[in-house]
Amino acid sequence: MAILQRSEAVIALILLTAMVVIGLINPAFWNLDNLFGLVKSNVVIGIMALGVLLVLLSGGIDVSFPAFAAAALYLTIKAMLATGYQGVVGPFVLATLIGLAFGAINALFVHRFKMIPLIVTLGTGSMVRGFLLGVVGTSMININMMPPALIDFAKTDLVTMTQPDGSQYGLTAMVLVYGAVALLIHLLLRYTIIGRSIYAVGGDAEAARRVGFNLRTTMLVVYCTAGALAGFAGLLHSSMIWLANPRDFVGLELDVIAAVVLGGASIFGGRGSVLGTILGVFMLVMVKNSLIIMKVDTTWQRVVVGVIVIVATAATVWRDRKRRA
Amino acid sequence: MTEPLIELRSIGKRFAGVRALEGVSLAIMPGEIHCLAGENGSGKSTIIKIMSGVYKPDEGEIRIDGKTVPGLTTRESIRHGVQVIYQDFSLFGNLTVAENLALNTALRERRKFVNWRGVRALARRALERLDVDLDLDAEVGSLPTAGKQIVAIARALMSDARLLIMDEPTTALTRHEVDALFRIVHDIQRQGIAVLFVSHKMREMLEISERLTVIRNGRKVVEGPTGDFDEASITRAMTGQDIRDEHYVWIPPAGAAPAPRLEMRGLTLPGAFEDLTLTLRPGEIVGLSGLLGSGRTDMALALFGLETGWTGELRIDGEPLRLRSVQEAIRHGVAYVPEDRLTEGLFLNQSINRNMLASSYEEHARLSVIDRPVVNDLAQRMIAAMHIATPTGEKPVGQLSGGNQQRVVIARWLLTDARVLILNGPTVGVDVGSKAEIHRIIRGLARDKGLSVLMISDDVPELVQNCNRIVLMHRGRFVQELDAATTTEEQVGDLLKGLR
Amino acid sequence: MKPALDTRALINRENNIAQLILITILIFVAMSALNPDKFLRFYNFESITYIFPELGLLSIAMMIAMLTGGIDLSVVGIANLSGILAGSFFHAVLTRQQLSADPAIPQVLVGVAIALGTGLVAGALNGLLIARLKITPILATMGTGQLFTGLALVITGGPAIAGFPKSWAFIGNGALFRLAVPFLIFLVVAGLIAFLLSRTVFGINLMLIGTNPKAAVFAGLRTTRMIFFSYVATGVLGSLAGIILSGRTNAAKADYGTSYLLQAVLIAVLGGTNPAGGRGTVLGVSIAVLALMLLSSGFQIMRFSIHLIDFIWGAFLLLVIAINTYLNRK
Repeated sequence: MAILQRSEAVIALILLTAMVVIGLINPAFWNLDNLFGLVKSNVVIGIMALGVLLVLLSGGIDVSFPAFAAAALYLTIKAMLATGYQGVVGPFVLATLIGLAFGAINALFVHRFKMIPLIVTLGTGSMVRGFLLGVVGTSMININMMPPALIDFAKTDLVTMTQPDGSQYGLTAMVLVYGAVALLIHLLLRYTIIGRSIYAVGGDAEAARRVGFNLRTTMLVVYCTAGALAGFAGLLHSSMIWLANPRDFVGLELDVIAAVVLGGASIFGGRGSVLGTILGVFMLVMVKNSLIIMKVDTTWQRVVVGVIVIVATAATVWRDRKRRA
Repeated sequence: MTEPLIELRSIGKRFAGVRALEGVSLAIMPGEIHCLAGENGSGKSTIIKIMSGVYKPDEGEIRIDGKTVPGLTTRESIRHGVQVIYQDFSLFGNLTVAENLALNTALRERRKFVNWRGVRALARRALERLDVDLDLDAEVGSLPTAGKQIVAIARALMSDARLLIMDEPTTALTRHEVDALFRIVHDIQRQGIAVLFVSHKMREMLEISERLTVIRNGRKVVEGPTGDFDEASITRAMTGQDIRDEHYVWIPPAGAAPAPRLEMRGLTLPGAFEDLTLTLRPGEIVGLSGLLGSGRTDMALALFGLETGWTGELRIDGEPLRLRSVQEAIRHGVAYVPEDRLTEGLFLNQSINRNMLASSYEEHARLSVIDRPVVNDLAQRMIAAMHIATPTGEKPVGQLSGGNQQRVVIARWLLTDARVLILNGPTVGVDVGSKAEIHRIIRGLARDKGLSVLMISDDVPELVQNCNRIVLMHRGRFVQELDAATTTEEQVGDLLKGLR
Repeated sequence: MKPALDTRALINRENNIAQLILITILIFVAMSALNPDKFLRFYNFESITYIFPELGLLSIAMMIAMLTGGIDLSVVGIANLSGILAGSFFHAVLTRQQLSADPAIPQVLVGVAIALGTGLVAGALNGLLIARLKITPILATMGTGQLFTGLALVITGGPAIAGFPKSWAFIGNGALFRLAVPFLIFLVVAGLIAFLLSRTVFGINLMLIGTNPKAAVFAGLRTTRMIFFSYVATGVLGSLAGIILSGRTNAAKADYGTSYLLQAVLIAVLGGTNPAGGRGTVLGVSIAVLALMLLSSGFQIMRFSIHLIDFIWGAFLLLVIAINTYLNRK
């Protein structure tokens, strides 16, 4: 019974049920190429979600990361094109650092000016996106111009299979990147004092201050990591779709926050886990992607996401109320 | 003679020109249990904060182990072994018991990583030291108050504490839990640690402490071995008033006894109260006392429509009622002044007028549009009638003193034509002068306006002076009813002490 | 105890308005100086009176949600859905020729009812989730925002619904007594809301609930009902903004006005609304919207792109936060 008390177990159970249901509606769901495709769609959103998890754990909310991700990817690729640089590591480091720097602005305003995170991140998101589109540029960089090194890197597959009709499909190696990031965040949250301070701040910020945590450090780590992960995921996304679009990720914040909440994180802070987040992301991506398989028009995607957010949050409220009783 | 562990010498402290402490001297000897007594607002918490380095005194000196420590900081205070357990415990409800216990040590040792096996071992040792058994993996938020307190004490003791300051530690505990706490306090003392017990509850002070210091209005009034005090002398020291042998006499009108105003018959809410039967007549002030957890607040909330699901019979002016909402209760003339004025009673940033009128706007509105002249006039008259010290009703209520704030809350209910007034801790955190004035107002309302008052209080003299009857409640039941006119404070105190 | 503090708090309330007026004047002077010949033209101000009402209404809606410590992230979704539903109705009942030539007043009246009804139902859904089910406003309205935008997408399939009857366009484009109709609508509605908030039981109760929800329960206020109605009001204001927006642009689309969301939050906060609840005035919000409109029109005259103006709005929001923190610290 104890295992059912854990929200991860509940989410996993719901996830399995949903998979069975979708599989019944269309058995093609279980085809390996569909599953591989599903995993691939998890990578970018998943990495961003891990950043959002940190922010939610600390009791905040972040709606600025899609803008940060777009800015990081676009600036990095612009820089690569300008210099003719053809590496992989360098660009990812640069994109990560760009995201990190933006995250530091969030941290400054949330911690020093004590302003509600939602309003701060609405502001920084709008600033960064406005700057990107207004100053840097609005034109997409498509496959002809994209640095080949990035595309080749993102094309790496772990296993490759051949369809009966001769076409090939594979499981992207980027899932390893996702796994590594998830493991790192898990270790950070579980085994470092900084990680525990994030839970502590989210639980009771005043008590955390009295106990002697340095809240400035904690907030810097939270928002900088969220920004860095967004920047990293942004460039990864662009490498995977062979396109650098400064208008990318508009509206993605809702999906990602929904996924993290779906994964059992509390909007009030202090509760949530990496495993739950991974499951939540998988659930959201699966439901969205499976609409096509279930022969539902894609225009319904947002309706479905909206309903999921409402139902999931209502369920969390209900759970918390029961816990208190 | 041994050196005091910590000594305050003629400490003075002002906030924005207002004197909070003046010439306070206080010495705590190693290993003693010392009580710091005073009413709310007397300066107790300022003293705690000066000892723990949160505030810097404006005058006087702090000596630790005989040496002057100028500009004591929180860090230094902790280094010297002073640990404070605040009323809210400063624990993390979302973390486990083990982690709550181990965090401080990890921070003090400036660790970067968490060794979970070490955390559990450390936590287990901390709990063993207090000889208590708690589930190390339970979330602290799921523990009862007493459990949280144990975690807070265990955590404080982990950092080589020599003095443990406990701020009103018994506020939210049941009698049984208080006994357990006292056992722990004695245990701590045996380990050579001094305890400063800050409280305003006399019975507990007399029971636990060896020495007692009483402060009032920022000055030390008296200090001495606890054995030299009794409840009366502490009260006199705390309030600066002799206990007047005053009683509220309820004189039923000549002829037939008036019809009952409030009748409870067999009121039962499982887990909260059982078989409560009581009748209040117009003009009566009935006191209700009992320990925390006796069910008295649940009963009050039931009468006010906030606890539903009870069985039994409730009548007001003969009309049988099932109160399902606060609005319904108010409509039937029930008013409730909550226990915690600041969080439950007042809208601090809003004006005095709005605070007073909050519950009666609807009555003075047509199609929801408020009749401003009428409403402003009502507020103006109420400010005058209740002697609320303010130049204007537009002032935010948060800027009033505790006593004036409480008058605003009471005034709110007078504007709703309340017939039954339930007061929960009517003068908690109110200064002595205001207290007498509020008592006078309450007695006046009962005598002249025929209000039936139910006064829930821990303050025995308050009950004896203002009520014509006193009901004692224990474990959800009324256990005894006393005629206040023939009862002394000592008797009530003894009876309460007997409830275990 | 602290009489000095008292007067300062009293002045502060007026101060906020004074401060806003000062900011507005500063922006006005700066923009006039930067664009001496173009900014001060009558045409410029006239066009502002057409453009700002929709944003003004959304900002007032946001302020109402914030009064009880909430927020409404679905207002723009409500606005678009309302315009689209009314548009679909017109396309269903009117021929192409009628759409372009006929004033179609009865149909337009029905269309207005459909749009406002949409706002009412959408707001009621928000109210239900927030007041009854006690879902955090951020999450609830984030979810319903997706839902409304999603429904709008499903109805239109993506592209804009273009072509509204003339009299509908009049609501967004017309002039009465030489004044813009949207502006007149804004004045009437703002006046009504200001009255509602300061003179009625509903308004005062919202302020009290926002100040201390627990005390509101103990004072016997109908918290659930009041919060519910506040989101209904927010929804109706959103749909009214949707009517004006679709009337002005003669089109309705699922993703119109997405940047309005941030701007509405910014204006509400800048206008002296406390996002934690309990404080906010229509006057403050109205001045704030005017100030920011002057700012962006000035930058537009200087040929700044709309993206750069987004940047400036974001920067302005952060600047205001920083300044307020600095002032409060003193």
